[in-house]
Amino acid sequence: MSRIKEFNLPDLGEGLTEGEILAWLVKVGDTIELNQPIVEVETAKAAVEIPAKWAGQVQAIFHPEGTTVEVGTPIIAIDTDPGAGPVEQSTTGTPATDLPTPSAASLAAVEDAPTEGAVEPGLIGGPAPGGRTAVLVGYGPRTTAAKRRPRKGTASVTSTPAATAPVQAVPAQVAPAPVQSTVEGNGRSNGVVLAKPPVRKLAKDLGVDLGTLIGSGPSGSITREDVQRAAATPAAAEPSTVSSVVSSAASFGADREQRIPVKGVRRLTAENMSRSAFTAPHVTEFLTVDVTRAMKALDRLRGRREWRDVRVSPLLLVAKAVLLAVRRHPMVNSSWAGDEIVVKEYVNLGIAAATERGLIVPNIKDAGRLTLRELADAMTDLVQTAKAGKTSPADMSGGTLTITNVGVFGVDTGTPILPPGESAILAFGAVREQPWVHKGKVKPRLVTTLGLSFDHRIIDGELGSKFLRDVGDFLADPEAALLAWT
Amino acid sequence: MAKGDPGAPARGRRAAPRSRKATTGDPELVQLLTPSGERIESVTGPDGIEYRVDFTDEEYRGLYRDLVLVRKLDAEATALQRQGELGIWASLLGQEAAQVGSGRALRTQDMAFPTYREHGVLYCRGIDPIMPLGLFRGVDQGGWDPNEFKFNMYTIVIGAQTLHATGYAMGVAMDGKTGTDDGEAVIAYFGDGATSQGDVNEAFVWAGVFNSPLVFFCQNNQYAISEPLERQTRIPLYRRAAGFGFPGIRVDGNDVLATYAVTRHALDNARHGQGPSLIEAYTYRMGAHTTSDDPTRYRIASEVEAWQAKDPIARMKAFLEREKIADSGFFTEVDEQARREAVDLRERVLAMPNPEPSTMFDHVYPNGSPLLDEQRAQFSRYFDSFEGSAH
Repeated sequence: MSRIKEFNLPDLGEGLTEGEILAWLVKVGDTIELNQPIVEVETAKAAVEIPAKWAGQVQAIFHPEGTTVEVGTPIIAIDTDPGAGPVEQSTTGTPATDLPTPSAASLAAVEDAPTEGAVEPGLIGGPAPGGRTAVLVGYGPRTTAAKRRPRKGTASVTSTPAATAPVQAVPAQVAPAPVQSTVEGNGRSNGVVLAKPPVRKLAKDLGVDLGTLIGSGPSGSITREDVQRAAATPAAAEPSTVSSVVSSAASFGADREQRIPVKGVRRLTAENMSRSAFTAPHVTEFLTVDVTRAMKALDRLRGRREWRDVRVSPLLLVAKAVLLAVRRHPMVNSSWAGDEIVVKEYVNLGIAAATERGLIVPNIKDAGRLTLRELADAMTDLVQTAKAGKTSPADMSGGTLTITNVGVFGVDTGTPILPPGESAILAFGAVREQPWVHKGKVKPRLVTTLGLSFDHRIIDGELGSKFLRDVGDFLADPEAALLAWT
Repeated sequence: MAKGDPGAPARGRRAAPRSRKATTGDPELVQLLTPSGERIESVTGPDGIEYRVDFTDEEYRGLYRDLVLVRKLDAEATALQRQGELGIWASLLGQEAAQVGSGRALRTQDMAFPTYREHGVLYCRGIDPIMPLGLFRGVDQGGWDPNEFKFNMYTIVIGAQTLHATGYAMGVAMDGKTGTDDGEAVIAYFGDGATSQGDVNEAFVWAGVFNSPLVFFCQNNQYAISEPLERQTRIPLYRRAAGFGFPGIRVDGNDVLATYAVTRHALDNARHGQGPSLIEAYTYRMGAHTTSDDPTRYRIASEVEAWQAKDPIARMKAFLEREKIADSGFFTEVDEQARREAVDLRERVLAMPNPEPSTMFDHVYPNGSPLLDEQRAQFSRYFDSFEGSAH
């Protein structure tokens, strides 16, 4: 009929749902031959060239390079009879970057019908909203939209839930829960609801509580139809006082959900956290410490001339405490390597930092060798670099032990997850004034809570406890600890 | 197309350029046409058998035409898949000579059991090349009558057809259809990856023990999807036959003449009641395993280029030109015929009707079954309950 033909991205490899346009090999206005390669598309399986389905002139290109396109979406329009004069609403000459949109008709066709030639989906066990398409083998159903053909003489139970379906005409009535529990042969056996796993899945997807249904299947089991009916008549499932609220309530669907692609720092964080959480058995211990003396010591430090321009924070003391405690318990600064444990004589001290890009953990290389002053400078430098978003991969690799300063967010402590390859991480909570027993009396004191997570494959409770205790002792009385330990 | 028997006097037989013992070059590879198109009159294989072909000019040209057509139709099917018209396609690109050579060596009464890639053999059996496209388009189950064309249905399960072929060949022997010049032989196609399957090894055992009239034709295209040959075997595949008690031979699978000669000899042995044999047609899959696969992820470009230089069609063309068996007019005409047939194939594929859903009940039992009839009626009622049902 039409001489302008739109080519839809086909499923290039057995059940794929999308492809990325890698490169256009033609441009608008080009004359092309049948089977001439027109575009390179990368799918989850392969990068392939697609040959032109028709000879003619390229009329429009709908998606620029680099975009991911769903299977069944028009990607190019070809004038199959360019010699026959201009076309109405011609887009010839439109630059490829100025992307036109496919015709409304063709988009509607994508919605309404499967790609031509494919067997119409949804005939058997057609897709319910959020449901599934029956498949025996292969890679699972298409995720592209397909509408179910309505059954003759019945209201559509899938697409127009509240439209007509009279409640009394529904065989599997939705019963109030109290009645339900006394009914025999209603899909329960000893209080267990009978339903096949796919039906349970459907019910879960549709938000239907199987316990509120009376099954119409064999032995009173709940069928797919029962669930769909229940989903289609939500008002009946609720007490009347609630039903009006339900019917007028806002939807809880995709229109009120935001989808954020997982990439960059978020993806890296997610991968690291999942890997660490599920490979290293974590234990977390807590210790609450009176740090009033330490805070006073910090004030005295700040007052010294040579420290005037140095940023002195409680975190600095915690870092020092950790470094000194590691010296007393070297096993804490180690890493699990399958057949062996690698104990490191150097401490690359990681400091978790919240940045605009997300969580990053740069580390101070060989922090154990630094003087307190050098450590303070290194920490200031590390934080500023991180905030500026200039932390290099090298800064973030090779960490051996980490501190996460959750106190800056005003919380007391946490159960941190180990950075992969490390065996201990210390959470430093907020320092607040709290009632504390000091010299036999309850007094307002500056108190903080430490949380130490460690890899229990390497570090036993005893070692972890001693290490945490030492860090706490230092923070309780830094001067005394320094005298005692160094 | 009628082909001359090796050894039998043939019209227009060409003078021998030279002959050689297989001890020159690759001692393990039977070759009658070098990659540069140089013709070798005859070769004595490591099995001591002299392999030769005697074709008329017309027959040489016919083989060339087969190769070009088979390649073109295959390319068209690949394009159709890329355009969304086929669900998947397993290309034979690079294996045309192995398929045409062996396919033309079959006699009318011989039975073939293919994999899903034997489009070239199918073509040689006289089956309309559109038949497998219906299968891969998902509109029919294959469509041809295996008994009419003596070409079984495509088998997707790797290596399964070797057992079917063995059973069939045992039946041929039991029926007393072997032992004469007009005896029947059976050929089973499979790939290098299939040799690692239990089915294939079981088939070897049974065919060997029962001395079945069967030729195991292994197209060694070097890859089982992404797994290279060295993951299948530590010795050349053809040598496996010795362990099962029947002869094995390796032939240049990109040489249509040698493939023809070796297959013809093995088939004749089988039809005369001398038992099975294994042919390893040494070739290369130039394309992907199927259209769902990306070979650049597991093999290097230089390897593909090296095999490009051994192209089966190029060497045949060089031979025809050198010997002046064909002129440029002939080559143009063949290309034009290939183009026409490809266009015709495309148009017929696009016009293929979607099957009625109830046809899935057809051909389950030869004479139907009450249970199935009931299921069909039930299904029809269900189907008719939808609005807009045409039937």
